Amino acid sequence: MELLVAIAIGTLTSSGVYLMLRQRSFPVILGLSLLSYAVNLFIFAAGRLAPDLPPIISKTALGYTDPLPQALVLTAIVISFGMTAVLVIMAIGAYLTSGADDVALTQAPTDEGQA
Amino acid sequence: MSNLIIAPIILPAVLAGLLVILRPSIGLQRVISGAGALALCVIAVMLAAQADTPRAYFLGNWPAPFGIALMSDRLSSLMLMLTAALGLLVLIHVASTGWDRSGKHFHTLFLFQLMGLNGAFLTADAFNLFVFFEVLLIASYGLMVHGGGRDRLRAGVQYVAFNLLGSSLFLIALATIYAVTGTLNMADLAVKLPELPAGDSALLRVAAVLVMMVFAIKAAMVPLQFWLPATYANAPAPVAALFAVMTKVGAYALIRFGTLVFPTDLAATGTLIQDLLQPAAIITMVIGAIGVLGSRELPRLVAFSALGSMGLLLIAVSAFTPQATAAALYYLIHSTLAMAALFLLSDLVPNRRDGLTAALFMAAAVAMAGMPPLSGFVGKLLIMDALRASAPLIWTLILLSSLLTMLGLARIGSGLFWKAEAPRPSDSIAPFAPVATALCLSALLALTLGAGPILTWLEATAQNLHAPAAYIAALSLGAGG
Repeated sequence: MELLVAIAIGTLTSSGVYLMLRQRSFPVILGLSLLSYAVNLFIFAAGRLAPDLPPIISKTALGYTDPLPQALVLTAIVISFGMTAVLVIMAIGAYLTSGADDVALTQAPTDEGQA
Repeated sequence: MSNLIIAPIILPAVLAGLLVILRPSIGLQRVISGAGALALCVIAVMLAAQADTPRAYFLGNWPAPFGIALMSDRLSSLMLMLTAALGLLVLIHVASTGWDRSGKHFHTLFLFQLMGLNGAFLTADAFNLFVFFEVLLIASYGLMVHGGGRDRLRAGVQYVAFNLLGSSLFLIALATIYAVTGTLNMADLAVKLPELPAGDSALLRVAAVLVMMVFAIKAAMVPLQFWLPATYANAPAPVAALFAVMTKVGAYALIRFGTLVFPTDLAATGTLIQDLLQPAAIITMVIGAIGVLGSRELPRLVAFSALGSMGLLLIAVSAFTPQATAAALYYLIHSTLAMAALFLLSDLVPNRRDGLTAALFMAAAVAMAGMPPLSGFVGKLLIMDALRASAPLIWTLILLSSLLTMLGLARIGSGLFWKAEAPRPSDSIAPFAPVATALCLSALLALTLGAGPILTWLEATAQNLHAPAAYIAALSLGAGG
């Protein structure tokens, strides 16, 4: 179980980092999403992996898993989802105004930006 | 009365919500956000007046390590005052130049930005710090591309991507800290970390370096500074002026974590953080100075001078002694206001190059380069005095960078005001446009003249920071634990 989760996190992180180093904005966004999935799994694992145990109080429970990382993961998911949405919109905006989806700022800034 | 502590977060949020729902005219928007910023100034001063002993606010009245707590101590209230004052100056500027008409939701985003900043300065919980970072970042994304334009959007994509990466690192660091200690409350961490079993200390060192790296991204420290010049040079100038306090959030978090959570006498981390931060800060300062000398446009030059002054600030922060921290806090106030003044000027200069703007530029440049009459000089002197022990190398580099900054500013100033032909007078020149810049500079003058009493207050602040027992006691962790 631990090994499986660790491998999953490692694979997601390395794919995310690889994609993030690409030149175009779409792979970069995909890479950031993969990285945020890896982070979410990692936070979840930070509370120790405890199969079949509930996080909230119940009368029949034999033990409990740590509920706090689950709450943290929920927050992190919501935030990374919102941030990715913002990034997608901005990347589309940049693509539509400049006609290229390179991440790099190749040309010198022009006065167009001061509109 | 302790309910006042949450007011700097609630007030801008409520006002921003009102602006979204009511969609008032631009005049009314200005009145609402101006009143909000003014009220934030008053609240911050009231908090500072009672900040001698740190005070806690427990959200939902949950006791400390379980619930989320806000803390108001001297450092927090100082940062709140600085943010509110800067916000007010930027508002005066955008209202007097009419720049806020160039997009629909400037004032809403502006208030959300203030809310995120205030929250980051007040929170006593590391995860909550992450949440407020995201609040201030998401507002800053909106502000950054405000008014649109191709270069701005492209620089914005870089800025967002960089910060998303920073957020991921922050979460990894927080999860590691939680896995090791089982808490994310900053004061609780300060209590629990010294008792950590030796086997966990390697994991803790990884987490400590990751956390500090995240703050170094926010503070634009080499080698994580790449986002800053492009972002600040392409952001609209009034927004860049507000962003002057954003890099200071990174500096604030470094001071807070470096004194409270990972102090140098903690066995597991020791001087690890200090040893990593100091060389990086020195290189940041030098790169900033070289960038100033190499810039051809004013916004880019100001962005690099911001980088250089962050470098100097972080050199003082990374010493982690009470004297150096007090000097760092003084320089932090100065650097925020000087950067804001220069960014506001870079908004004025394209339309207006008369004697007044030239004089203002001269004063702002003197402040930024750290020349005698203004507070930059006092701040630099304090930092150099605090770093007496490692004088030969650091003093040389600080003085050399000052010289380079001065040369760069002098060159671009003479090019702007003496060589170039004056811009055609257009109808859009606003008569009161330089008011905010002048106010910024008079704040710097006040900082210089009042250096004595201000420094006494800051020294007490630094003493509190380096002896965090009162901060921990305010959360009554000993009793409730």
